[in-house]
Amino acid sequence: MSALLDIRGLSVTFTTAHGGFTAVEGVDLTVEHGEVVAVVGESGSGKSVAMLAVMGLLPWTATVHAERMQFAGRDLQTLGAAARREIIGRDMAMVFQEPMTSLNPCFTVGFQLTETLAAHTKERRAERRRHAARLLAQVGIPEPEARLAAYPHQLSGGMNQRVSIAMAIACRPKLLIADEPTTALDVTIQAQILELLGRLQEESGMALVLITHDMGVVAETAQRVVVQYAGQQVESQNVRQLFRAPRHPYTKALLDALPGRHRGRRLPSIPGVVPGQLDRPGGCLFHPRCGRAEDLCRQRAPSPSAAELGFARCHFPLPPPESQP
Amino acid sequence: MLRFFLTRVGLLAPTFLGVTVVAFIFVRLIPGDPVEVMVGEMGISPERHAELLARLGLDLPLWEQYLRYLGGLFQGDLGVSIVTKQPVLHEFFTLLPATLELSFCAITAAILLGLPLGILAATRQGSAFDHTVMASSLAGYSMPIFWWGPLLIILFSGVLGWTPVSGRISLLYFFEPVTGFMLIDSLLSGEPGAFTSALGHLILPTIVLGTIPMAVIARQTRSAMLEVLGEDYVRTARAKGLPASRVIGLHALRNALIPVVTVIGLQVGVLMAGAVLTETIFSWPGIGKWMVDSIFRRDYPSVQGGLLLIAAIVMLVNLIVDLLYGLINPRIRHRN
Ligand SMILES: Nc1ncnc2c1ncn2[C@@H]1O[C@H](COP(=O)(O)OP(=O)(O)OP(=O)(O)O)[C@@H](O)[C@H]1O
Ligand code: SF4
Ligand SMILES: [Mg+2]
Repeated sequence: MSALLDIRGLSVTFTTAHGGFTAVEGVDLTVEHGEVVAVVGESGSGKSVAMLAVMGLLPWTATVHAERMQFAGRDLQTLGAAARREIIGRDMAMVFQEPMTSLNPCFTVGFQLTETLAAHTKERRAERRRHAARLLAQVGIPEPEARLAAYPHQLSGGMNQRVSIAMAIACRPKLLIADEPTTALDVTIQAQILELLGRLQEESGMALVLITHDMGVVAETAQRVVVQYAGQQVESQNVRQLFRAPRHPYTKALLDALPGRHRGRRLPSIPGVVPGQLDRPGGCLFHPRCGRAEDLCRQRAPSPSAAELGFARCHFPLPPPESQP
Repeated sequence: MLRFFLTRVGLLAPTFLGVTVVAFIFVRLIPGDPVEVMVGEMGISPERHAELLARLGLDLPLWEQYLRYLGGLFQGDLGVSIVTKQPVLHEFFTLLPATLELSFCAITAAILLGLPLGILAATRQGSAFDHTVMASSLAGYSMPIFWWGPLLIILFSGVLGWTPVSGRISLLYFFEPVTGFMLIDSLLSGEPGAFTSALGHLILPTIVLGTIPMAVIARQTRSAMLEVLGEDYVRTARAKGLPASRVIGLHALRNALIPVVTVIGLQVGVLMAGAVLTETIFSWPGIGKWMVDSIFRRDYPSVQGGLLLIAAIVMLVNLIVDLLYGLINPRIRHRN
């Protein structure tokens, strides 16, 4: 069986007042049925933009290019708008970062939930309402029947995120993309939401792409990790190997900054920031912040290396720890 | 919500009192007095002049005139027109339907055109369509009524001969007013062609009076939509796989309407001001024309009463809009 999501060489360029800006460049992402993949990287590394490109939700200022972009055997690039609308929200759904602004303040939770069901199922009104209540119960919202009549501003951030999750899983998607679903929430709530996502994933067997800042979350939930830096995919490995033997200096820096490699709360700080539109360096995009940078790094951009090297986009991929002095 | 409402109502009383003072002083600031205007160029002896003023109660000290006026107001008495000898209240409500009909048509046309234009311009931001809508609404907004009205008359009535020049209906038709609304009365009269004639008479005044509100509504709708279209919940709606018509026409518009409704409410004042000029240009027998005529005749009670009642209408509509604002905005509705 072919991969559920198969993306090769995805690039996204925004037209801005200062000319074109490539926010995503050469990203590959393969997600198997039922697999949990984490996408990590600092703020501004193009994680959201890449996933929005897959969903087809980027503004018109964005130009999307890919060698291959397939979902469940269908080519997303040649798909018409109507055909795409059939897929998103049903087979491929997304949960966003800001629960308080991601729900429409003018409509009740029930309205927004049943709306998704109305768009993708043949259920009748009464059945949709019962279904919506079941979904709320499923994501752990107490008194689901009563909550259907609530407006988003009457619920807490955590509750709203549960509603968003309920909306995303309403039509039993094959793939759920969760874009930093906990960043805006309290620490205790974060754990609950992650637990909920993990449980839903196990129960339904859907694939999950989890965008996160948190290496601790990666270790606990994901099977495979994709590391992104300044719009580029710099490494991709399965979780155990990545934690044991990171191949790209950026990944290693991320892991080293984890306090005792225990679960960290946020992505640790590496000196410097992700380059933006106007300060993109030549050569390797990471070289201004890389402790191992050499002349070659400043002159030539590295290409992804072999699979056994975690596809590390580096001239000098790190050797496995045993061979390290 | 109730407290919000009561506060608003509480504010109305002092505002209203303020309007009585302003109206009272305003009419007396116009040079000349009712007697002078009535006798015209024939002239009149100073003694006779004083006698007539005294008969109208205009010889009293200003403060006494004002207190008498206020006393009458408290008993619901707006006074009697100096010219027609009719109670001001009666005159006002006889003429009000004509103004309401015109204003209603103007604001309806403004909403029906301005809203979709604003929405389309926002969804096509930066396109030729957007630029055209923005440029014409700016032009419409800056168009003075006393210039725009005659221009349309010359073109459509004069050159093309498509529309009548003045009045509410052709002189061929005569029937007793039932509701005061010509569109309805003409239908009720059963006279063939009456309704078409009434409609034809409404077209140009509606355009003239509706232009500014339409421009304002289109611009406000566009900017509100632009803001809302960038919101996360619009992206969520699209992520559900909903058609663009539903994402824009329901999810985005519902939120964008909140500021637009306020602006529409504010247009009521603009309409009242515009009606004065529009009715005068088209000889439309409504409140606006009546106010202008009354001012020329120095008909103090009519001007005072008219201003007061117009102010009352504007305040009432704004109050209704405030309540509506609460209704369409759940975040306000559920406060306390
Ligand atoms: N509509 C847009 N127009 C222009 N640039 C954009 C647009 N959306 C995103 N970008 C830019 O693309 C880059 C990547 O943004 P993206 O939101 O994907 O980062 P991210 O990895 O998701 O970061 P975060 O962790 O903060 O969510 C950023 O530099 C951002 O400024
Ligand atoms: S290519 Fe050079 S600068 Fe870039 S990550 Fe590798 S070692 Fe560092
Ligand atoms: Mg993001």
